[in-house]
This record gives sequence, structure tokens and C-alpha cells, in this order.
Amino acid sequence: MKICVLVKEVPDAAVEKRIDPSTGRMDRSGEKNLNPYDTHAIEAAMQLKEGGALQVDEIVAVTMGPESAVRALHKAVSLGADRSIHLTDAALAGSDVAATGYALAKALEKEQPDVVLLGQQSDDGECYTIGAVVAEHLKAPSLTQVIKLDVVDGGLRCERQAEYGYDTVQVSLPAVISVGDAINEPRYPSLKAIMGAKKKPLETASAADAGIDASLVGGDGSRVQCGEFKAPPAKAAGTIIEDEDTDATVEQIVAWLDERKLI
Amino acid sequence: MTTPSPATIDAEQLEEIRDGIRQLCARYDGTYWQQLEPETYPAEFVDALTEAGWLAALIPEQYGGSGLPLSAASVILEEIARSGGNPGACHAQMYVMGTLLRHGSEAQKERWLPEIAAGRLRLQAFGVTEPDAGSDTTRIRTTARRDGDGWVVDGQKIWTSRAEHSDLMVLLARTTPIGEVSKRGEGLSVFLVDMRDRGDELEIRPIKTMMNHSTTEVFINGLRLPGDALIGEAGKGFRHILDGMNAERCLIAAECIGDGRWFVERASRYAGEREVFGRPIGANQGIQFPIARAHMAIEAADLMRWKAIGLYEAGRPCGAEANMAKYLAAEASWMAANACVDTHGGLGFAAEYDVERKFRETRLYQVAPISNNMILAFVGQNVLKMPRSY
Ligand SMILES: Cc1cc2nc3c(=O)[nH]c(=O)nc-3n(C[C@H](O)[C@H](O)[C@H](O)COP(=O)(O)OP(=O)(O)OC[C@H]3O[C@@H](n4cnc5c(N)ncnc54)[C@H](O)[C@@H]3O)c2cc1C
Ligand SMILES: Cc1cc2nc3c(=O)[nH]c(=O)nc-3n(C[C@H](O)[C@H](O)[C@H](O)COP(=O)(O)OP(=O)(O)OC[C@H]3O[C@@H](n4cnc5c(N)ncnc54)[C@H](O)[C@@H]3O)c2cc1C
Repeated sequence: MKICVLVKEVPDAAVEKRIDPSTGRMDRSGEKNLNPYDTHAIEAAMQLKEGGALQVDEIVAVTMGPESAVRALHKAVSLGADRSIHLTDAALAGSDVAATGYALAKALEKEQPDVVLLGQQSDDGECYTIGAVVAEHLKAPSLTQVIKLDVVDGGLRCERQAEYGYDTVQVSLPAVISVGDAINEPRYPSLKAIMGAKKKPLETASAADAGIDASLVGGDGSRVQCGEFKAPPAKAAGTIIEDEDTDATVEQIVAWLDERKLI
Repeated sequence: MTTPSPATIDAEQLEEIRDGIRQLCARYDGTYWQQLEPETYPAEFVDALTEAGWLAALIPEQYGGSGLPLSAASVILEEIARSGGNPGACHAQMYVMGTLLRHGSEAQKERWLPEIAAGRLRLQAFGVTEPDAGSDTTRIRTTARRDGDGWVVDGQKIWTSRAEHSDLMVLLARTTPIGEVSKRGEGLSVFLVDMRDRGDELEIRPIKTMMNHSTTEVFINGLRLPGDALIGEAGKGFRHILDGMNAERCLIAAECIGDGRWFVERASRYAGEREVFGRPIGANQGIQFPIARAHMAIEAADLMRWKAIGLYEAGRPCGAEANMAKYLAAEASWMAANACVDTHGGLGFAAEYDVERKFRETRLYQVAPISNNMILAFVGQNVLKMPRSY
């Protein structure tokens, strides 16, 4: 069987996110990295492969993004994926989450995976949505925020983080599963895997190659139209009360709360 | 004997190597290194490095390594130091390897390298220095004499680091008495010693030191070695070892640069945070300038390190550059270490901050594996042709 893992290149966590005033979109020019959640998705795929309960023949990493996104694929391959697919096309730039999900689903259709794994959220967009959109297009069940994955009766028994406690869900394959970071501890890549990453097959696909209807993707094909993005306002400096005499301090705090009708 | 020609490597791959080693080091933070003090060997860290193939970087692919050039090895050690770790625990595999790679026979390489690459055997002990012969290596007294097909070795080594954490040792011994050779550097030979289960033939005693370095004294009492323990040609051992020195100098330089960057990062961050007299201490030139000066020294040393490595990888002479890189980098890291301690005030002495530990660790590189004085003498005598002191 085949597992496809969706991976995304995101601005490095250490880089402070900012809006590019000239485009009104996130400035993605700085240091980038493989979305940390996606490393958990790859690890989950590796554990399914190594676990042996399913006969996993191949793990394929898939990304949609500009030229630089191949680095996310190299990382994915150095963590264990066997090959990768880079969906890239000027027509795809500016796609919103629905368009991105549609485009990824088209790329996946060609691969016919038995399991699609992905991170539950990206570090930059944080929509938590791609999994559900992809599943809808593939007409496959969607499970999100999965933190435990076991092979049971030829399907997958998943524990997902719910609002209160956990849901345990048995899903038959094919299925689209987004994972949380509690699911595993990703391995670090070995030196050989890093050096060998570029030797593993990498396929570049255009929108047309993937059979994508160009009118449904890109800025024009997206239903979300961005007005203006603004950085959240800086927090005002608070009031610091020096605690010299505790009774007086308590009085000051009570008066402050009272003024604002909070007590 | 063929010189291995390692795969070339591009800037992007070096970046990926940095990234990979950083990920691994991130799991071994300051608290990990602190709990090893004063003298526990970082076995878990070294195992993790070995398992992921980092220490086999220089071993050719045909023997199970990655066959990478010196630049890659230098980046690996630099990043360990820069992450706050102590590459001294494992750097020797990279240094010592060169002697076997360049001068070992095909049979020796086939026998030992795959085992080392797979992490089943460790080669990270280098027995050169003796109580009466440090800088003046040719004065060593440990002797190996022919005995049938093999050799018998007697003598004593000091500062043989990691001997207790290594299965194999590269050993330098005299095979022709110094009185019978025309040049002092002749008549020495290199052996690859299998140290496992040696009983009384090898007696290893740890030496307590200022930093956690697992260094030892090794007493060699009638140690029997098979004929195929000899690496390269008998009598040419000093040459064989000198051959590897340029690579070693470049690697040490890279470690110092990593240390230096760690100190500068820590110092500049703390200088911006700590407020005294109502302003960040980093605003004071007394704090700011030493950090800036150290930063410049590190940047300059790094240029020399890459110049030396570039020459080395091109197969060109690089003795002067490799030595200068080691000198400049060791001076720079020490400058950075002092600035970092001063910046941290009292906290510079608190174990919890790692500054005092790194300070002790980086100080070593002024003295070992070659003392900076000897590099000054080398540049004075060999590069500038001034009168000799030795
Ligand atoms: C109007 C608009 C314009 C945009 N323009 C751009 C643009 O020009 N360039 C740009 O980079 N982004 C752009 N984005 C954001 C981009 O399309 C988002 O990646 C997409 O909406 C998915 O959202 P997310 O990353 O928050 O998904 P989430 O649902 O949070 O991500 C979950 C998981 O989905 C997978 N995933 C997400 N995106 C991808 C991907 N591209 N390839 C493979 N797997 C993926 C990953 O496994 C990830 O962990 C734009 C968004 C909007 C709304
Ligand atoms: C922690 C540690 C680990 C070590 N690990 C190893 C190891 O694994 N294997 C190994 O073989 N060795 C090892 N060494 C030994 C190290 O290489 C030597 O200590 C070093 O080469 C200096 O030799 P020495 O200690 O005998 O000093 P000496 O040679 O006695 O020199 C003392 C001082 O005199 C100076 N000096 C001598 N001659 C001159 C001159 N002509 N001009 C100017 N100055 C001069 C030296 O520079 C030095 O400062 C280690 C040392 C330490 C401290």
C-alpha cells in the first residue's frame, strides 16, 4: 500500500512573522523550515511502515508551493519518505485554503494513496483545515487531530483529541488523517539520509499535469479575498503596583478593579 | 595507497548538515551537559551521533560511511560546540580516522572501517604524548620491537583522551632508536591497537582535569601486536601522523569557532536583558566592545578556517593556513569566553548558566592538541624564516 504525506514549507518558528506592507500578505522571505507538525505525520507514516501490520510499499511526500518548497521535500525524504512530488505553478499562487485543498487532492488522485497523512495545522496559516478539504475532494473519511494510530482489522484505530477527552474512531481505508504533535517523537535525520535526499526521485508537476482546473485555484479562483492584514496591536504597558505595604496594595488592586466594574 | 577523494559538497548541503546536527543537539541541552560534570562521559549523546552516522562522515561510502570532505566534518563539530555541547567527547574519531584512511592498507580498511562506520567499534584514542615528550613528539620513549611476525610495545603515554571509551587506539612508538637515525623524526611507527581485553598489557588510569574530557595515562607493558597492526611504513610513522595534522587543525579551529559563536550569542543576549543602574548593561562600552571585538575575531578566524579547508580539499599545501586558523580560532574563542564571563557578572560562575563550563572547555584549545606557542614558533620559523628555537 501507499501512504502520501502532505508537507508544507513554512517560515521558521524563530522568525518573527510580519505582514509585508507591499502585498498585504505574510512576509515569507526569511528562513524557512518544514512545518513541524508535518514531521510528526512523516514519523507516523514511518511507524506504520516499520510496524509491519500493514504492508507499506511506499511513502510519498507531496507539497504545493513555490520553487523553494523543494527543501521541505528534501527534509521529508531525509526523514524517511521514498520519493516526493512538487506541485508548483504560477497559476496556483495566492490560493486560499479551499483552493489549496482542491489542488492537493488533484495531485493525490493520480497517486491513489491508501492513507493520506498530514499535520493538523501549519505553523504559518494555522487554518487546521486542509485535511478536511482534501478528504472531501477524495471522497474519503477525514479524521483530524489524531494523537494515536493503530492498525486494527485492516483499518486504522485512531484516537483524536476532542474538546473534552478523546474520541476513539475506527476508520477504513483509504482515509485522510491529520495528526497532532503528541502522536510521536519524530526521529532526527541521519547524515546519510540528509546526503541521500537529493538522490531520491522528485517529480515536479504543473497544475495541468495534475489535472487542476485553473479557474478554481490561484488568487482569482479563491473565494477568500483578502482585504487588509494588520499585525495585532502591541499590548499596552500594564500598571505595576509595588508591594510595600500589603494592605495598601490590596486596596489599590480592589480600587482598580472596582473602577472598571470588574467586581 | 590511494588518497581517498571525498565527494564534493555544496553550500546548500553544508546548510542541511548544520540543520540536521542542530536538531540532534537540541535534544542535549545545557542540563544534559551539566549533569555529566565533573567526569561522566556523554555516552548517550555520542551514541546518538554514532547511530545517525555523524561520526562516520569521513569514512568512504564503500566502507559504510558518508565519504564526505573535511568541510562537512568541520561543520558537524562546529555545530556541536555552537549548540553548547562539548565536541571534545567525540572529535577524535574524525581526527584519528585520517591516519587509517590515508595510510592503512586495503585489508586494514576493510577490516576496521565498516565496523567503525556501523558504530560497533570506536576509534577515538590517539596515543602520542608522553610525560617527557609533548610538544617535542620525536622524543617519545615508547618502543615497539619486532617479535616474530608481530611487535611488542613497552612504554607510557599521557593525556590519551577517551582511552576508556574507545576500542581502538592509534599509537605512536619508536621502532628504531633515536641514536640510529639521521633525523629525529625517523624511526617512529604508527600502530592500530585493539585495546579490548588486554589485561595487564594495557593499564589505563584516568586523570582528573579542569574540564570533563575523559583523559588518561596509559601504561604499556609488553603489549603484543600482530604484524598487521602496523599502519603504513615502519619508521615513517611521524610523517604519517603529521599528514593528518592539517585536517586536525582545521577541525579544532571549527570547534573553537562554534564555541566562540556560542559565547557571543549568550553574551549579547544577556547584555541586552540585564539592567543595572536603570539601563541594559550592553549599552556600556565596557560590556559591548569586548563582545563586538570577540565577534570580529571569530569572523576573521572563520575566514582563515575556510581558506585552509579550501586548500586542503583542493589537495594543495595548507600547513601555514591550517595552523593559523587553529591559532586565530582558539584565541578568538578564548576572547569570547572571557567577554561572556564578564558580561554575566556573578552568573558567569554559576554552573546552571553553562558559561563557566564552556569557558573551561574552550581554554583547552590554547594548549592541546598543539599549543598556540608552537604555532607561533612554526609561523616565525617556517613561514617567516626567523631563527629557530627547536
Ligand atoms: C487569500 C489567500 C492567499 C494566499 N496566498 C498564498 C501564497 O501566495 N503563498 C502561500 O504560500 N500561501 C498562501 N496562502 C496560504 C496558503 O494557501 C495556505 O497554505 C492554505 O490556505 C492552507 O492553510 P494552512 O497552511 O493554514 O493549512 P492547515 O489546514 O493549517 O494545514 C494543515 C496541514 O495541511 C498541509 N498543507 C497545508 N498547506 C499545504 C501545501 N501548500 N502543500 C502541502 N501540504 C499542505 C500540511 O500538512 C499542514 O500541516 C494564502 C491564503 C489565503 C487565504
Ligand atoms: C585535556 C588534554 C587532552 C589531551 N589529549 C591528548 C590525546 O588524546 N593524545 C595525545 O597524544 N595528547 C593529548 N594531549 C596532550 C597535548 O597534545 C599536549 O599537552 C600538548 O601538545 C603540549 O605538550 P606538553 O603538555 O608536554 O607541554 P610541553 O611540551 O612541556 O610545553 C610546555 C609549554 O612550553 C611551551 N614551549 C615548549 N617549547 C617551546 C618553544 N620552542 N617555543 C615556545 N614555547 C614553547 C609550550 O608551548 C607549552 O606552553 C592532551 C592534553 C590535554 C591537556
